[in-house]
Amino acid sequence: MKTTFVKKLSIAALLAASLSAQAAETIKVGVLHSLSGTMAISETTLKDTVLMMIEEQNKKGGLLGKKLEPVVVDPASNWPLFAEKMRTLLTKDKVDVTFGCWTSVSRKSVLPVVEELNGLLFYPVQYEGEESSYNVFYTGASPNQQAIPAVDYLMEESEVKRWVLAGTDYVYPRTTNKILKAYLMSKGVAESDIMVNYTPFGQSDWQSIVADIKKFGSAGKKTAVVSTINGDANVPFYKELGNQGISAEDIPVVAFSVGEEELAGIDTKPLVGHLAAWNYFQSAESDVNEGFIKEWKAYTKNPKRVTNDPMEATYIGFNMWVKAVTKAGTTDSDKVIDAMVGIKTPNLTGGTAEMLPNHHLTKPVLIGEIQDDGQFEIVSQTKEVDGDAWSDFLPGSKDLISNWKAPLKCGNYNTKTKKCLGDTK
Amino acid sequence: MKILLLSLLLISSIFANTFELDAQKLVHSSTKEKIKIIKELSETYANDKRLILLFNAILNSKLFYKKSDETLVFLLKKDENNYHTKTVFSSQVLPVMDKSGYKKVRSNNRLRSVIRNKLSEITLFSQDKELRLKAAHNIMEHLDEDSLELINKALFKEKDSDVKAILQECGLIVMAKYSQGKAQEDAIIALSDSLSQISIQALEGIKQGDNEKLALLAKKSIGHINDGRTFYSYVEKAFFGLSLGSILLLAALGLSITFGVMKVINMAHGELIMLGAYTTFTIQQIFPSMIEYSLLLAIPAAFIVSAIVGVLIERFVIRHLYSRPLETLLATFGISLILQQIVRSVYSPLNQVVKTPEWMSGALEINSALSLTYSRLYIIIFAIVIFLSVLFILKKTSLGLKVRAVTQNRQMAQAMGIKTGLIDAITFGLGSGLAGVAGVALSQLTNVGPNLGQAYIVDSFMVVVFGGVGNLWGTFIGAMTIGELNKFLEPSVGAILTKVLVLVMIILFIQKKPRGLFPQKGRDAQD
Repeated sequence: MKTTFVKKLSIAALLAASLSAQAAETIKVGVLHSLSGTMAISETTLKDTVLMMIEEQNKKGGLLGKKLEPVVVDPASNWPLFAEKMRTLLTKDKVDVTFGCWTSVSRKSVLPVVEELNGLLFYPVQYEGEESSYNVFYTGASPNQQAIPAVDYLMEESEVKRWVLAGTDYVYPRTTNKILKAYLMSKGVAESDIMVNYTPFGQSDWQSIVADIKKFGSAGKKTAVVSTINGDANVPFYKELGNQGISAEDIPVVAFSVGEEELAGIDTKPLVGHLAAWNYFQSAESDVNEGFIKEWKAYTKNPKRVTNDPMEATYIGFNMWVKAVTKAGTTDSDKVIDAMVGIKTPNLTGGTAEMLPNHHLTKPVLIGEIQDDGQFEIVSQTKEVDGDAWSDFLPGSKDLISNWKAPLKCGNYNTKTKKCLGDTK
Repeated sequence: MKILLLSLLLISSIFANTFELDAQKLVHSSTKEKIKIIKELSETYANDKRLILLFNAILNSKLFYKKSDETLVFLLKKDENNYHTKTVFSSQVLPVMDKSGYKKVRSNNRLRSVIRNKLSEITLFSQDKELRLKAAHNIMEHLDEDSLELINKALFKEKDSDVKAILQECGLIVMAKYSQGKAQEDAIIALSDSLSQISIQALEGIKQGDNEKLALLAKKSIGHINDGRTFYSYVEKAFFGLSLGSILLLAALGLSITFGVMKVINMAHGELIMLGAYTTFTIQQIFPSMIEYSLLLAIPAAFIVSAIVGVLIERFVIRHLYSRPLETLLATFGISLILQQIVRSVYSPLNQVVKTPEWMSGALEINSALSLTYSRLYIIIFAIVIFLSVLFILKKTSLGLKVRAVTQNRQMAQAMGIKTGLIDAITFGLGSGLAGVAGVALSQLTNVGPNLGQAYIVDSFMVVVFGGVGNLWGTFIGAMTIGELNKFLEPSVGAILTKVLVLVMIILFIQKKPRGLFPQKGRDAQD
């Protein structure tokens, strides 16, 4: 018994030694995306994207003369496990950078660990804002880069006067809807013209909610639904809309969580004409995008694989990190974080993404109409918009700004009281 | 004569040319410009048949143009990367070309809605009743003073009573809004028999006007309409409740046999439902041209697939664990995970697309305040048919007699010469097969993915326990009660609180009556 234990120990020590020997020659890239559980559907795609980017970078000769080495872990859609896995990545595997998380709750669970161990995390999904961390780069959209421009589009193009804010019951929809409601009211929409509705995860019986929407929408004013309904609940929702005879022309639905990947598992017939707002669509016409799609299809060996917005965010994040490391000449967190701000790389829609001092990106806002082939027809595209960490439409955060550049170096600086409310670096 | 003919020919060719030229403007223009072009086109070329073709092509996103010379073309068919097209104006079929050679004439909701309105003015006189009905609805939503002429013209020709009723209401609304004196008053009073929201809006406008007498009349009519609408909204809620109840009934029926009659806690019941849904998907994949009949084929297929899996589970696992409920629970939970993973590996973890046949989509419109969706309607009927047949099997056939005998007193039944092992397997197979059938119905309403079953397992147990274990009628009443309760609570307290409230109510109820709505009576029920 004792001997086997000693044996095991020595093997483990040997293994660890060989691992650390290897570590000296490579730059380690952590990949923290769920590969099992409910979020696996969305997150495995991002894992593959990072692996593809790493492979490509290695073909170009790596970074700083070293090869990149991916360290893939599976937090299994389990929020506390995200924090645990992040800790392992930073302390045991000693990764230099991590790409990961999808849901806001997983990001919130990882946040204290990354900050404590001074790691570096790239978060590639649109989120509710109201956060800015020294150690995190938010390459997805903040509400002013997705929700608000979408509402503006409906207000101008379709002259919508009445609004249904429908969402799944968790932090992202709740915060986004709070911001949207404040924004709409600031634009002169009466409170009685806004209907807010929350449903549980995986809601499948939409009969009475859709009937309510129909009733709300037949008051003589043009009505639209702003949907933050998450994942699986969307299919029965759109089906019910179709069955109750509500077409996109009567009451358009603009969704923030329905992309190409989600549409791939749906009979798109009842969805045609409904809208989605993102910063990237596969149908965007640019040479970089064409190349990216071709490469992705070749990498996954599946000619039908689609690309989507969080993939573009991962693509931009990865390229920016490569540039920042090259500029800093090291993978040391503090130096890379400092070098990141101001980095510019091309995005996939033909423009340029720039990392702002608040660790958010500049992004164009695209509105697309769903087509019968599961792709989006882009009906509106704005110039690049600066990502805003703290919403200007919520009383609690209206005076806050974030700027991680010296001399401010603060994630939540109150411009009225001239005080930094949180940690500084 | 010749000259006349020639000039006619010339005129017509000029005419054709201008339509072509005007339509050509659609290629490079913004949405706003396109709307203007569409309006002009529909005014200038109202009698040109090609206009309808052109408009319909835009509506169905079939209008493209060649990048090389910008000729407008209709898309006929697409395969992989190639488009089959024909030109819009010369109807000449073009050689098949790679899709990169074409570009779509873009449209959006606003443009489509303008086109649909313009089209409805034409289709109001079409031969097809459905088209006329749609057109009439469309016109109702965009009424103005000038609509009356069109409406009267259509009414004069119209024979169908449904379309006629809508057009008459349209006429009344226009009269109520824009005419004077007695005619206006009569129209306002007559509108009180309508049920539509659009009439209410029109009347609201009059109510807020200066004329006091008219305002009073309008108020009275609105009150009358609202009374009617309230009544129908209750009917609608009851229907929603029935439909949710029938889904619960379908999901729970199999369980009420395996759990209720056989007392086996089968945690894999949800996965048997999922297998049924995947069978539907597979059938649609095998016979892609028979989507309309796929569900009819899927019902027996799903029953057989799930029943076979059920019998296998019973023979290899549950049989060894009878009278050890805790072990059965754990073992079947394990089986449920295995089944999920098998589906994940075979079909991929992504949701699968199950198509809805034409006859299942859309709604049956009873009047403008009430329409029942076909898919729900069919599922309610289907659930009741299935329920009655199960009831028949258990109560009226010799198999049912044996099943009841075995579950009531195994030793005695054995002594009577009943092969209890066989009966166990058949009963479990029946329960599992019913789960598969439920899967076929669910595939029409929700996502078909590996997690489908988990969403329904808790609800199914809830229904069976609430209704009374071992009583089929209990399951029926239980399912319908929970369905109605949900749908009557939901509008006032929201979807989340409804779930909480229903669960709390059931827990309280079980506290008071632990054996459910219809407890089994007799000596057998004591254990």
